[in-house]
Amino acid sequence: MGVRTWIDSWPVYRQLKGTDPLGRGAAAKSGPSARLTPRVASADRVVKSICPYCAVGCGQNVYVQDERVTQIEGDPDSPVSRGRLCPKGSASLQLTTGSAREHHVLYRRPHGTAWERLDLDTAMDMIADRVIEARRAGWQWEVDETRTRRTLGIASLGGATLDNEENYLIKKLFTALGAVQIENQARV
Amino acid sequence: MAECHPVGFQWVMEAKARGAKVIHVDPRFTRTSALADVHVPLRAGSDIAFLGGIVNYVLQHDRYFRDYVVAYTNGPVVLREDFRDTEDLDGVFSGLDPDTRSYDNSSWQYAGTEIQAASGQRDQEYGKRTGGGSSVSDAARGEAHGAGGADVGEGEPERDETLTHPRCVFQVLKRHYARYTPEMVERICGVPQDLFRQVCELVTENSGRDRTTAFAYSVGWTQHTVGVQYIRTACVLQSLLGNIGRPGGGILALRGHASIQGSTDIPTLFNLLPGYIPMPHAHQKQDLDTFVRADAARKGYWGNMRSYLVSLLKAYWGDAATAENDFCFDYLPRLTGSHSTYETVMAQLEGTCKGYFLMGENPAVGSANAKMQRLGMANLDWLVVRDFSLIESATWWQDGPEIETGEMRTEDIGTEVFFLPAAAHTEKDGTFTNTQRLLQWHHQAVEPPGEARSDLWFTYHLGRIVRQKLAASTDPMDRPVLDLAWDYPTKGELAEPDAEAVLAEINGHDAEGNPLASYEQLSDDGSTACGCWIYCGVYADGVNQAARRKPGEQQNWVANEWGWAWPANRRILYNRASADPDGKPWSERKALVWWDAERGEWSGHDIADFKKDKAPDYRPPEDATGPEALSGTDPFIMQGDGKAWLYVPSGLTDGPLPTHYEPQDSPFPNLLYGRQRNPVRQLLPPHPDNRYQPSGDEPGSEVFPYVATTYRLTEHHTAGGMSRWQPYLAELQPEFFCEVSPGLAAERGLEHTGWATIVSARAVIEARVLVTDRVPALTVHGRTLHQVGLPYHWGPNGYTTGDAANELLHMSLDPNTHIQESKAFAVDIRPGRRPRGPAAVELVRAYRARAGIDDRTGTEL
Repeated sequence: MGVRTWIDSWPVYRQLKGTDPLGRGAAAKSGPSARLTPRVASADRVVKSICPYCAVGCGQNVYVQDERVTQIEGDPDSPVSRGRLCPKGSASLQLTTGSAREHHVLYRRPHGTAWERLDLDTAMDMIADRVIEARRAGWQWEVDETRTRRTLGIASLGGATLDNEENYLIKKLFTALGAVQIENQARV
Repeated sequence: MAECHPVGFQWVMEAKARGAKVIHVDPRFTRTSALADVHVPLRAGSDIAFLGGIVNYVLQHDRYFRDYVVAYTNGPVVLREDFRDTEDLDGVFSGLDPDTRSYDNSSWQYAGTEIQAASGQRDQEYGKRTGGGSSVSDAARGEAHGAGGADVGEGEPERDETLTHPRCVFQVLKRHYARYTPEMVERICGVPQDLFRQVCELVTENSGRDRTTAFAYSVGWTQHTVGVQYIRTACVLQSLLGNIGRPGGGILALRGHASIQGSTDIPTLFNLLPGYIPMPHAHQKQDLDTFVRADAARKGYWGNMRSYLVSLLKAYWGDAATAENDFCFDYLPRLTGSHSTYETVMAQLEGTCKGYFLMGENPAVGSANAKMQRLGMANLDWLVVRDFSLIESATWWQDGPEIETGEMRTEDIGTEVFFLPAAAHTEKDGTFTNTQRLLQWHHQAVEPPGEARSDLWFTYHLGRIVRQKLAASTDPMDRPVLDLAWDYPTKGELAEPDAEAVLAEINGHDAEGNPLASYEQLSDDGSTACGCWIYCGVYADGVNQAARRKPGEQQNWVANEWGWAWPANRRILYNRASADPDGKPWSERKALVWWDAERGEWSGHDIADFKKDKAPDYRPPEDATGPEALSGTDPFIMQGDGKAWLYVPSGLTDGPLPTHYEPQDSPFPNLLYGRQRNPVRQLLPPHPDNRYQPSGDEPGSEVFPYVATTYRLTEHHTAGGMSRWQPYLAELQPEFFCEVSPGLAAERGLEHTGWATIVSARAVIEARVLVTDRVPALTVHGRTLHQVGLPYHWGPNGYTTGDAANELLHMSLDPNTHIQESKAFAVDIRPGRRPRGPAAVELVRAYRARAGIDDRTGTEL
């Protein structure tokens, strides 16, 4: 370490000679804190996204490292939000990566008192069987001698935080199945 | 807005910094009030009286924008002689049938014409327009979301551009609102006359040629038995003031979910198909042509409904949809009345509805009368819940409130429950449509963990498996499933469907498969396919326009190279109205689009919401239909007459003019009319757990003396599924609470940070007490009124827990939208924690007995 570097490492010297006479910024910074970098600096990539909470539609930058999301921040490019996020949007890292998320399919059998595990393929197959059966049980070709070609056996509710593409497929499939009780948070 | 849409509120603050005045009308003092110039606390449930008072002020003081009103609204149109207003019939309009509790709207029409609504209640005119054909439903109620307008029938309506004809809309309006005086506003809303006049002055001073005023609202207006009419009152006001279609104007719905606008446009709603095309109701001998004849408008862009519908049927059923088989129109299931989420609960209780999907929704906390939701689910054969965490709607059978009170036993409940973990927005591609109709693409960043999957994955693969299982079926009921166009490319190890391929289908393509650029290209002969006509153009040139991200700083203030807005990337709807009839901006200060005579097209900062080359002096030939039938001075192109409607001749089930009625449960009588409640509000069939309360002067109403309202907090999101499990957010708002004034605290012995018990005829809940001036006492009907504020985010599960405010609510609905009245009801409040176990049920029963409540209470016309 040269003399100059040694002197520069002395906060009082930096305070007297530098641009921080009150010692509340650069003059007070220690070596370790000067070497700190934000976790976004080492991200492998930044993925453009949109906040999933309210309908303002703030832009988000999603930082990914080793195929894991490491940080979510506001996107300064967005003319909607100019880089800002509210408390909820700022918590979306916790929403998407937090420990509260379930990662497995759970099953409660009729009259059962506890959850059981079920693998996804089995669950999908069981649900498909139940859709076919309930659809048939609630089928109405006619009501009061007027053609209805529908089922009242199955219903669906949700999701105003789903993507348009998802809602499109839900409406398309359930309509083809003849279900009419297809509803959404937009009603509520 | 600062609470629930904080990042959007930055633009209000930008406007304020440039001199705009901000008025906040809300029972509560919030972060918005703190930053506003004026805060107006009012009684929850009285907004039509308040807004009607401003309408009256504008009319009495000649503060309307006359040139705009004459040219662009239906103010000059003369009504039929047999129309009777609430002025004539003490609070109801002509056409009320007390037995069916519905209106026949034929007397509401323009003199000499017949109108067909293109949004709202379109089925009203069915019999008349198809020459017979009976409907199985006498409850074919309407839907007022969205994009539409209405058709003017045969003949030109009689007009009086002097606005003096006694039967012209303008004069009818003037008489209708004459009784909404400042004195009346003070007595009904609890807003002192000086404060009310200040609001009237601020709004009118800031409207006209050079200035515009905007109204922003949220479900505080929507969730009422007269919710649509709340918003209609703002429409009347803004049309009178010339504040629609102009920069800085409008009536802006602040919607609360990332794609709630999208899920209305591409609806998962019972009564709509994509792009606000109505779902067909059951009628005798109904084919595609009869349906279009009955439900399409003749003029305006709804005149092309057949093209939109045929293109949708082609997107649904592909090659199977041909001209010979009516493009599979018969494959669409038919409605018989309302099948809304609240009727679905009744169908579950009856046992007709046996299976239920919940996809990112938590009705056991988030829907009105949450107990009814749970009772419905307890009567299902099976339930599928797709969410991030174990929300209350997934676990009610194990630990719901009814288990605690002993009303249900886990072992007795036969419902089979599947919980499937959902992928997050960072784990899938797709578009959200924000509150200003802007589609923005979010890119997938990582794969979803474990067995979590997107709803795109779930729906696609469910359909694939069901189709496989039915593949050998010859039953005609299975044809629509087997003929469905359901071949989406998948990618990756998880076989995730390609969301961009779905977006391309929504956008539409021509017979050669080329992406369409505009809904103007849609055809009714089957040569085009389009999944949602208003979204046509989002994939123009094969480019994902919703993924455009040119930085805002590199664009003008309209920024129309960021994302893509429907329709046709126009950012301000009806913006032809920003120019005068000759096509010149009303003022330079408020210029947005204008007619460029040299180039023969509309030009401006925004893309004109008008046919690009239709000159201001264009006049349609007499036999014109569809868009060609609108003149160059008809800015409201979705309307059949191209005008903004001060008066609604067709499309609403509960009256052509907004009228103040008291909420379903209200401590006050209606001071304006002899009619207490909206006579055609929608009540559900009687159920012991959905009793209504006595109101106004009825005996027993004193048992529930306080007005209550529900709302959101900045730190939480709706029913909590995306916020109560997050420690950061839970720490910021750790517990359910109620907000009460110091006066109410003294009156009922409530202690700050202590507990309160809140009771309605439906339920009892407990909350921490926040004694605060933020919910001030008001003087209403000459007496002091205290209001109780209840954030509705909590439930028993998650990281922060509490009772659900929605337990208190009843199911009584707006008759147009079937939306519940959650924003104004009546309760009692007392100190201390609520009883546990069967004692809780007993307390509610005792309250009902004390108020004399039975199955008829509150159901009067």
